[in-house]
Amino acid sequence: MSSLLTQEVPVSWYLLLSAVLFSLGVIGFLIKRNLITVFMSIELMLNGVNLSFVTFAHQWHAVKGQIFVFFVMMVAAAEAAVGLAIIIAVFRARATLAVDRIDRMRL
Amino acid sequence: MHLILFILFAGFCLGGAINLLLQSHPISSALSLIVVMTSLAVLYLLLGAEFLAIAQIIVYAGAIMVLFTFVVMLLNAGREDRTMGSRTARSVGFPAVVVIVGVIATVILRAQGLGMAGLQDGITSTEDLSRILFTELLLPFEVTSVLILIAILGAVALARNDGERKPGQ
Repeated sequence: MSSLLTQEVPVSWYLLLSAVLFSLGVIGFLIKRNLITVFMSIELMLNGVNLSFVTFAHQWHAVKGQIFVFFVMMVAAAEAAVGLAIIIAVFRARATLAVDRIDRMRL
Repeated sequence: MHLILFILFAGFCLGGAINLLLQSHPISSALSLIVVMTSLAVLYLLLGAEFLAIAQIIVYAGAIMVLFTFVVMLLNAGREDRTMGSRTARSVGFPAVVVIVGVIATVILRAQGLGMAGLQDGITSTEDLSRILFTELLLPFEVTSVLILIAILGAVALARNDGERKPGQ
Protein backbone atom coordinates (compact mmCIF):
# COMPACT_ATOMS: atom_id res chain seq x y z
CA MET A 1 0.00 0.00 0.00
CA SER A 2 2.82 2.38 0.80
CA SER A 3 4.37 1.68 -2.60
CA LEU A 4 1.03 2.52 -4.19
CA LEU A 5 0.93 5.80 -2.29
CA THR A 6 4.39 6.88 -3.38
CA GLN A 7 4.09 5.63 -6.94
CA GLU A 8 5.38 8.15 -9.46
CA VAL A 9 4.24 8.84 -12.99
CA PRO A 10 6.72 9.35 -15.86
CA VAL A 11 6.60 12.88 -17.20
CA SER A 12 6.36 11.45 -20.71
CA TRP A 13 2.85 10.14 -19.95
CA TYR A 14 1.67 13.71 -19.37
CA LEU A 15 3.30 14.76 -22.64
CA LEU A 16 1.63 11.89 -24.50
CA LEU A 17 -1.73 12.85 -23.01
CA SER A 18 -1.17 16.41 -24.15
CA ALA A 19 -0.28 15.26 -27.70
CA VAL A 20 -3.40 13.05 -27.84
CA LEU A 21 -5.62 15.90 -26.60
CA PHE A 22 -4.15 18.21 -29.24
CA SER A 23 -4.73 15.70 -32.03
CA LEU A 24 -8.29 15.01 -30.84
CA GLY A 25 -8.79 18.77 -31.13
CA VAL A 26 -7.44 18.70 -34.70
CA ILE A 27 -9.74 15.78 -35.59
CA GLY A 28 -12.70 17.63 -34.08
CA PHE A 29 -11.78 20.69 -36.11
CA LEU A 30 -11.86 18.55 -39.25
CA ILE A 31 -15.00 16.45 -38.69
CA LYS A 32 -17.28 18.84 -36.83
CA ARG A 33 -19.80 20.70 -38.99
CA ASN A 34 -21.13 23.14 -36.41
CA LEU A 35 -19.36 26.48 -36.05
CA ILE A 36 -19.56 26.45 -32.24
CA THR A 37 -18.24 22.88 -31.95
CA VAL A 38 -15.37 23.73 -34.32
CA PHE A 39 -14.53 26.58 -31.96
CA MET A 40 -14.66 24.17 -28.99
CA SER A 41 -12.15 21.93 -30.77
CA ILE A 42 -9.77 24.91 -30.95
CA GLU A 43 -10.14 25.34 -27.17
CA LEU A 44 -9.35 21.64 -26.78
CA MET A 45 -6.13 22.12 -28.77
CA LEU A 46 -5.17 25.09 -26.58
CA ASN A 47 -5.74 22.98 -23.47
CA GLY A 48 -3.58 20.17 -24.82
CA VAL A 49 -0.70 22.57 -25.40
CA ASN A 50 -1.21 24.13 -21.95
CA LEU A 51 -0.80 20.71 -20.36
CA SER A 52 2.58 20.23 -21.98
CA PHE A 53 3.66 23.72 -20.83
CA VAL A 54 2.77 22.84 -17.24
CA THR A 55 4.51 19.47 -17.58
CA PHE A 56 7.74 21.05 -18.79
CA ALA A 57 7.50 23.72 -16.09
CA HIS A 58 7.37 20.87 -13.58
CA GLN A 59 10.20 19.00 -15.29
CA TRP A 60 12.65 21.93 -15.39
CA HIS A 61 11.38 23.63 -12.20
CA ALA A 62 10.69 26.74 -14.27
CA VAL A 63 7.94 29.06 -13.05
CA LYS A 64 7.88 30.92 -16.35
CA GLY A 65 6.29 27.93 -18.07
CA GLN A 66 3.30 28.30 -15.76
CA ILE A 67 3.17 32.03 -16.39
CA PHE A 68 3.05 31.30 -20.12
CA VAL A 69 -0.01 29.11 -19.51
CA PHE A 70 -1.56 31.99 -17.58
CA PHE A 71 -1.07 34.25 -20.61
CA VAL A 72 -2.48 31.59 -22.92
CA MET A 73 -5.58 31.43 -20.70
CA MET A 74 -6.04 35.19 -20.85
CA VAL A 75 -5.64 35.29 -24.62
CA ALA A 76 -8.02 32.32 -24.92
CA ALA A 77 -10.60 34.25 -22.91
CA ALA A 78 -10.24 37.24 -25.23
CA GLU A 79 -10.39 34.94 -28.24
CA ALA A 80 -13.53 33.22 -26.97
CA ALA A 81 -15.28 36.55 -26.43
CA VAL A 82 -14.44 37.85 -29.92
CA GLY A 83 -15.00 34.48 -31.62
CA LEU A 84 -18.42 33.95 -30.08
CA ALA A 85 -19.38 37.53 -31.01
CA ILE A 86 -18.36 36.75 -34.60
CA ILE A 87 -20.43 33.54 -34.47
CA ILE A 88 -23.46 35.55 -33.29
CA ALA A 89 -22.91 38.06 -36.11
CA VAL A 90 -22.58 35.24 -38.68
CA PHE A 91 -25.75 33.58 -37.39
CA ARG A 92 -27.60 36.88 -37.61
CA ALA A 93 -26.47 37.39 -41.20
CA ARG A 94 -26.81 33.83 -42.55
CA ALA A 95 -29.30 32.21 -40.12
CA THR A 96 -27.21 29.03 -39.98
CA LEU A 97 -24.30 27.60 -38.02
CA ALA A 98 -23.36 24.82 -40.46
CA VAL A 99 -19.87 25.48 -41.77
CA ASP A 100 -20.78 23.86 -45.09
CA ARG A 101 -23.29 26.59 -45.78
CA ILE A 102 -21.06 29.50 -44.76
CA ASP A 103 -18.98 29.27 -47.92
CA ARG A 104 -19.14 32.66 -49.58
CA MET A 105 -15.34 33.01 -49.54
CA ARG A 106 -14.84 29.55 -51.01
CA LEU A 107 -12.80 29.34 -54.21
CA MET B 1 -1.63 7.78 -5.24
CA HIS B 2 -0.24 9.99 -7.98
CA LEU B 3 -0.51 7.09 -10.42
CA ILE B 4 -4.10 6.37 -9.46
CA LEU B 5 -5.13 10.01 -9.72
CA PHE B 6 -3.29 10.41 -13.02
CA ILE B 7 -4.94 7.37 -14.60
CA LEU B 8 -8.37 8.36 -13.29
CA PHE B 9 -8.28 11.95 -14.49
CA ALA B 10 -6.37 11.27 -17.72
CA GLY B 11 -9.16 8.79 -18.44
CA PHE B 12 -11.83 11.42 -17.72
CA CYS B 13 -9.90 13.82 -19.91
CA LEU B 14 -9.65 11.47 -22.89
CA GLY B 15 -13.21 10.26 -22.43
CA GLY B 16 -14.51 13.82 -22.41
CA ALA B 17 -12.49 14.73 -25.49
CA ILE B 18 -13.70 11.67 -27.42
CA ASN B 19 -17.27 12.32 -26.28
CA LEU B 20 -16.91 15.89 -27.59
CA LEU B 21 -16.20 14.42 -31.02
CA LEU B 22 -18.99 11.82 -30.88
CA GLN B 23 -21.86 13.99 -29.65
CA SER B 24 -23.90 15.63 -32.36
CA HIS B 25 -25.57 18.24 -30.17
CA PRO B 26 -23.43 21.29 -29.33
CA ILE B 27 -24.61 21.46 -25.73
CA SER B 28 -23.43 17.87 -25.10
CA SER B 29 -20.07 18.78 -26.64
CA ALA B 30 -19.83 21.84 -24.37
CA LEU B 31 -20.57 19.75 -21.27
CA SER B 32 -17.91 17.17 -22.25
CA LEU B 33 -15.43 20.02 -22.75
CA ILE B 34 -16.17 21.13 -19.17
CA VAL B 35 -15.29 17.60 -18.01
CA VAL B 36 -12.01 17.80 -19.95
CA MET B 37 -11.10 21.17 -18.44
CA THR B 38 -11.96 20.21 -14.88
CA SER B 39 -9.89 17.01 -15.07
CA LEU B 40 -7.04 19.03 -16.58
CA ALA B 41 -7.22 21.26 -13.50
CA VAL B 42 -6.64 18.18 -11.32
CA LEU B 43 -3.69 17.17 -13.52
CA TYR B 44 -2.23 20.69 -13.11
CA LEU B 45 -2.56 20.27 -9.36
CA LEU B 46 -0.74 16.93 -9.58
CA LEU B 47 2.06 18.71 -11.42
CA GLY B 48 2.29 21.30 -8.65
CA ALA B 49 0.65 24.22 -10.43
CA GLU B 50 -1.86 25.29 -7.78
CA PHE B 51 -2.63 28.72 -9.19
CA LEU B 52 -3.17 27.38 -12.70
CA ALA B 53 -5.46 24.64 -11.41
CA ILE B 54 -7.75 27.22 -9.83
CA ALA B 55 -7.44 29.57 -12.81
CA GLN B 56 -8.31 26.68 -15.11
CA ILE B 57 -11.54 26.04 -13.21
CA ILE B 58 -12.49 29.70 -12.84
CA VAL B 59 -11.47 30.98 -16.29
CA TYR B 60 -11.90 27.95 -18.54
CA ALA B 61 -14.52 25.72 -16.94
CA GLY B 62 -16.26 28.76 -15.49
CA ALA B 63 -16.13 31.84 -17.67
CA ILE B 64 -15.31 30.54 -21.14
CA MET B 65 -17.58 27.51 -21.05
CA VAL B 66 -20.47 29.53 -19.61
CA LEU B 67 -19.99 31.85 -22.58
CA PHE B 68 -20.09 28.83 -24.91
CA THR B 69 -23.24 27.31 -23.40
CA PHE B 70 -24.82 30.76 -23.34
CA VAL B 71 -24.20 31.22 -27.07
CA VAL B 72 -25.38 27.67 -27.85
CA MET B 73 -28.64 28.35 -26.03
CA LEU B 74 -29.00 31.89 -27.38
CA LEU B 75 -28.68 30.73 -30.99
CA ASN B 76 -30.80 27.64 -30.26
CA ALA B 77 -28.25 25.47 -32.05
CA GLY B 78 -29.73 22.12 -32.92
CA ARG B 79 -28.19 18.85 -34.01
CA GLU B 80 -25.53 19.20 -36.64
CA ASP B 81 -26.01 17.40 -39.92
CA ARG B 82 -23.10 15.02 -40.11
CA THR B 83 -21.09 15.15 -43.32
CA MET B 84 -17.63 13.79 -43.73
CA GLY B 85 -16.07 17.16 -44.42
CA SER B 86 -14.25 18.28 -47.49
CA ARG B 87 -12.08 16.05 -49.64
CA THR B 88 -8.99 18.03 -48.63
CA ALA B 89 -9.73 17.44 -44.96
CA ARG B 90 -10.11 13.71 -45.54
CA SER B 91 -7.11 13.20 -47.79
CA VAL B 92 -4.62 15.56 -46.13
CA GLY B 93 -5.98 16.26 -42.65
CA PHE B 94 -6.31 12.80 -41.16
CA PRO B 95 -2.97 11.44 -42.43
CA ALA B 96 -1.37 14.65 -41.14
CA VAL B 97 -2.92 14.07 -37.68
CA VAL B 98 -1.61 10.50 -37.63
CA VAL B 99 1.86 11.69 -38.67
CA ILE B 100 1.87 14.46 -36.03
CA VAL B 101 0.89 12.09 -33.22
CA GLY B 102 3.41 9.50 -34.43
CA VAL B 103 6.26 11.99 -34.57
CA ILE B 104 5.45 13.55 -31.18
CA ALA B 105 5.06 10.14 -29.51
CA THR B 106 8.34 8.91 -30.98
CA VAL B 107 10.21 12.02 -29.85
CA ILE B 108 8.72 11.86 -26.35
CA LEU B 109 9.30 8.15 -25.87
CA ARG B 110 12.90 8.35 -27.12
CA ALA B 111 13.76 11.48 -25.12
CA GLN B 112 16.35 11.05 -22.42
CA GLY B 113 16.36 12.85 -19.11
CA LEU B 114 12.61 13.19 -18.65
CA GLY B 115 12.02 12.56 -14.99
CA MET B 116 9.17 11.32 -12.88
CA ALA B 117 6.38 13.30 -11.29
CA GLY B 118 5.30 12.44 -7.78
CA LEU B 119 3.19 13.87 -5.01
CA GLN B 120 6.25 14.67 -2.92
CA ASP B 121 7.63 17.11 -5.50
CA GLY B 122 5.98 20.07 -3.86
CA ILE B 123 3.98 22.81 -5.48
CA THR B 124 4.86 26.12 -7.06
CA SER B 125 3.29 28.59 -4.72
CA THR B 126 1.17 31.44 -6.01
CA GLU B 127 3.61 33.76 -4.24
CA ASP B 128 6.56 32.64 -6.37
CA LEU B 129 4.51 32.87 -9.51
CA SER B 130 3.14 36.33 -8.81
CA ARG B 131 6.55 37.65 -7.77
CA ILE B 132 7.88 36.93 -11.27
CA LEU B 133 4.65 37.97 -12.94
CA PHE B 134 4.51 41.38 -11.29
CA THR B 135 8.20 42.27 -11.42
CA GLU B 136 9.97 40.70 -14.36
CA LEU B 137 6.95 40.19 -16.61
CA LEU B 138 4.98 43.28 -15.65
CA LEU B 139 4.97 44.75 -19.16
CA PRO B 140 3.50 41.64 -20.87
CA PHE B 141 0.91 41.47 -18.08
CA GLU B 142 -0.19 45.06 -18.67
CA VAL B 143 -0.19 44.56 -22.44
CA THR B 144 -2.47 41.54 -21.96
CA SER B 145 -4.89 43.62 -19.91
CA VAL B 146 -5.08 46.11 -22.80
CA LEU B 147 -5.66 43.16 -25.14
CA ILE B 148 -8.57 41.97 -23.01
CA LEU B 149 -10.04 45.48 -23.05
CA ILE B 150 -9.79 45.63 -26.85
CA ALA B 151 -11.35 42.16 -27.08
CA ILE B 152 -14.30 43.27 -24.95
CA LEU B 153 -14.80 46.36 -27.12
CA GLY B 154 -14.55 44.21 -30.25
CA ALA B 155 -17.04 41.67 -28.90
CA VAL B 156 -19.55 44.40 -28.05
CA ALA B 157 -19.09 46.07 -31.43
CA LEU B 158 -19.49 42.76 -33.30
CA ALA B 159 -22.46 41.42 -31.37
CA ARG B 160 -24.38 44.69 -31.21
CA ASN B 161 -27.59 44.68 -33.19
CA ASP B 162 -27.75 47.76 -35.35
CA GLY B 163 -31.41 47.27 -36.04
CA GLU B 164 -30.82 47.95 -39.73
CA ARG B 165 -29.48 44.64 -40.97
CA LYS B 166 -32.07 41.99 -41.61
CA PRO B 167 -31.36 38.26 -41.41
CA GLY B 168 -30.38 36.71 -44.70
CA GLN B 169 -28.54 39.70 -46.09
